[in-house]
Amino acid sequence: MILKSLSEAVGVSGNEGGVRAVILDAVRELADEVKVDAMGNVLAVKRGTGRKPLRVMVDAHMDEIGLMVVGHNGDGFLEVRNVGGIDPRLLPGTLFQVGPDGIPGVIGLRPIHLVKRDEEDKVAQIEDLLLDIGAKGKEEAIKLALLGTYAAFATQFRKMGRVVSGKAFDDRAGCAVLVELLRGERFRFDLHAAFTVQEEIGLRGARVAAYGIEPDCAFALEGTIADDIPKDKDVSPTTRMGHGPAITIMDHSFVADRRLVRLLTDTAEELDIPFQIKQPGIGGTDSGAIHLTREGVPSVTVAVPCRYIHSPVGMLDLGDFDNTVHLMRESLSRLTRRTLSR
Amino acid sequence: MKAIPLLKQLSETVGVTGQEGPVREVLRQAWEPLVDEVRRDKMGSLIGLKRGSRPDDAPKPGGPRPRLMIAAHMDEIGLRVTGIDKGFLRVTRVGGLDRRVLLGAEVMVHGKRDLPGVIATRPPHVQPPEARKKTVAWDDIFVDVGLPPRQVERQVTVGDLISIRRELIELKNRRVAGKAIDNRASLVVLTLALEHLSTMHHNWDVLSVATVQEEIGLKGAITATYGEAPDLGIALDVTFGKQPGVSDVDGSALGEGPVIVIGANLHPGVSGRLKEVAEAREIPCQVEPAPGRLGTDAWAIQVTREGVPTGLICVPVRYMHQPVEMLDVQDVERAARLLAAFIAELELDFLDKLAWEQERV
Repeated sequence: MILKSLSEAVGVSGNEGGVRAVILDAVRELADEVKVDAMGNVLAVKRGTGRKPLRVMVDAHMDEIGLMVVGHNGDGFLEVRNVGGIDPRLLPGTLFQVGPDGIPGVIGLRPIHLVKRDEEDKVAQIEDLLLDIGAKGKEEAIKLALLGTYAAFATQFRKMGRVVSGKAFDDRAGCAVLVELLRGERFRFDLHAAFTVQEEIGLRGARVAAYGIEPDCAFALEGTIADDIPKDKDVSPTTRMGHGPAITIMDHSFVADRRLVRLLTDTAEELDIPFQIKQPGIGGTDSGAIHLTREGVPSVTVAVPCRYIHSPVGMLDLGDFDNTVHLMRESLSRLTRRTLSR
Repeated sequence: MKAIPLLKQLSETVGVTGQEGPVREVLRQAWEPLVDEVRRDKMGSLIGLKRGSRPDDAPKPGGPRPRLMIAAHMDEIGLRVTGIDKGFLRVTRVGGLDRRVLLGAEVMVHGKRDLPGVIATRPPHVQPPEARKKTVAWDDIFVDVGLPPRQVERQVTVGDLISIRRELIELKNRRVAGKAIDNRASLVVLTLALEHLSTMHHNWDVLSVATVQEEIGLKGAITATYGEAPDLGIALDVTFGKQPGVSDVDGSALGEGPVIVIGANLHPGVSGRLKEVAEAREIPCQVEPAPGRLGTDAWAIQVTREGVPTGLICVPVRYMHQPVEMLDVQDVERAARLLAAFIAELELDFLDKLAWEQERV
């Protein structure tokens, strides 16, 4: 299962090499052309069978959130800052892999025994936390993890029945769906698969990828929020795990193209593929950059609902994953110039 | 025997307070070749007996061979299911588990069968910023086993135990991190010491005791000490390692040797002898003063029956009660050497030397 290798590969924003290697390895066989652009995006083309083929971009970002080493303390601990959005409450008690050699490291807190009762509710911010790789002094720490070294969650991919758990499903789930789309039959149009960099720090890779591809329309594939745990007040789950692919109509970054949304929902209804509409107004995806490229690109985002994104361990339902592949494949095979002229 | 593989096995074995069985079985196998007898007491503690090397038929001017009990607790902190809400498990803690480090942790739910799970988190995108400024409350901690609600209700019952799921990892400088280092590290110390003793002479009978239910109030030590009625006791546990946020007064350095604790809970003659042995054998060690109550088995051992002179050896551990408890393996190995040497040097009349009349005032 490529999702496993993708999830376990390391690719914090700006340092996507580990994921890029897994993807290049997989898509070389599947695509007609593969290149890596100036930013590090992997761009693969699968030629269409049509006479005047459309150019359709399908995007998934390779990068994940993580940490960067920004200093070394006198006792050999590493000072770190977050790369992308991380709740600082997730960092203590967590395992990390540091640098290209994956040096193991941990972040811990002052033992609870030494914490005054009224301080227990106080959250240690990232500036207060130190990454511990076991180094005995500053010199050793510097030698092992230079300034700028990246650290990622060290989480094993696990199968839990129909559900799998692991890190970075945002957006390795999308990457895995995109690889599956390249694996199948050719479409009538040219499929431009873009595995992009630096989504988590501002949709940077998708912007240049879309400029280069100049697509007629675009689909961003995501692993999106499934916030379906019990809550006191807010009963809105964004999306729900196990209820099918999530189609975005609007989020913080864009308004989806109505024609593409209709293509997806019509296809799903026709084929009885479960789907859900992601609650509007939450999060942002590469579509936010793609739809503003050049003179504008009709765009939509389709996502596998994932619980606990941006945490050390997320969860997704393999049924949702398969249905996302299925919905995308069937929708794309129905996509023609007429879809976009309506 | 190598320290790291044994520590890895013990750390990764599940033995939450009240259900220590799997750890007990690992220890039983490790101890059987090293001791003369192994038994389980009524509370579940594992007790090994290694007889002193003085032959049975020798003259016994002091009566029967004196008995030393070495106690290390084998239980670990964890969680228990308190309710099921839409398929998600609500939980309470067993022992002093730290809610500040639970979000995003992997766990194992011990229901009708073992179910892997994770502690649910909410992504930053959907949380009001002020929510991230407060440690998550117990009411907002959920365990997710990834099953539909009906299946969860079939597999899991209120009261089921949940353990932290974490493999031991090796860091730089022979330091390791994982769960339940408190107190599996001490069980490694005890096992390595028993192994050293297999090639050493010792006069005293040695009772190796892996106690249950320390984390909720030293229960196993209370009953095991009563049952064995030892003449002398040594407790093995972990203590705070130096780390960011822990003052030099509160913490002992990793890698600078085991910690000999002194204070009212410990007999000065026993602590003093431990220090002498360390010095004579050139085993680096550290001393930690304990002004008041101690949360280790030593607290219970000392006041059993008519009183037991007790000592305490600790291994410094960073991030105590978190799933990344870290130690320096050299401290474990040195503690084992210190303990074995202390036992081998115990003279038959050592108890007489502990008499308060001998005290220098």
